[in-house]
Amino acid sequence: MITLGHYLIVSGLLFTIGFAGVLLRRNIIIIFMSLELMLNAANLSLVAFSRFRVDSAGMPDYNGQVFVFFIITVAAAEVAVGLAIIVALYRARQTTHVEDVSTLKF
Amino acid sequence: MSAFLFWLFALVMLGFGAAVVINRNPIASALSLVLCFMGLSALFMSLDAFFIGIIQVLVYAGAVIVLFLFIIMLLDLRVEERRKINVVAVVGGSVVALVFFLQVYSVVGQLSAAKQPFPALGSAKTDDVHNVGLLLFTNYNLPFQIIGVLVLVATIGVIVLSKRELR
Repeated sequence: MITLGHYLIVSGLLFTIGFAGVLLRRNIIIIFMSLELMLNAANLSLVAFSRFRVDSAGMPDYNGQVFVFFIITVAAAEVAVGLAIIVALYRARQTTHVEDVSTLKF
Repeated sequence: MSAFLFWLFALVMLGFGAAVVINRNPIASALSLVLCFMGLSALFMSLDAFFIGIIQVLVYAGAVIVLFLFIIMLLDLRVEERRKINVVAVVGGSVVALVFFLQVYSVVGQLSAAKQPFPALGSAKTDDVHNVGLLLFTNYNLPFQIIGVLVLVATIGVIVLSKRELR
């Protein structure tokens, strides 16, 4: 029997994979893809909670799904801006490697 | 909701998610990301969220990944050459990720609701496009308009960033 806990654990695993990608990889585009993985892990737990909270009429709690809709919209805008920044960075420095861009490093 | 399908799609999603991080070729990573999002979309549909599942395929597999592939090919990124690996950073990063997962696992383990199965829906046919749309245009009308302004700002921002004389 699949419970809410299974979905939460799978969502946590997906978030961990994205988190590990941000910490371990040095290619800025891969880091960006890992960020997308983390956003989608949050979406999965929101939808699981939405399905779990069934009201008296037998409907899932649609507030969670509306939040997911907003997250997807913001994530799409974020990808567009982020990739434009990466292109601008590549024009200035000819690199997508984070260790080559360390001007702001303390 | 069949247990076999849940494990199948969870395995597809996590396997290709790991492939995104492990692959050294950025194009292979982007294509793994598509399959990862397909598995995620199937999981959304197993939770009776058909609208979100379709939106996930349309927006991510349709738009975001195309944008990623476009940028990767525009910048002509090759398989990155092996650099000297910073062992402290790799070990530290793995430990932090592992500790994070163990923390999530213990919190979910203590949650009593996590052990209950999902309650049955009232009718087999859930009209979720109708219900999400109704909520979006009544309760969440102001956030919806703010999101519209945000997308407009992002569009203008991208045009400004792509100007050639940017310093």
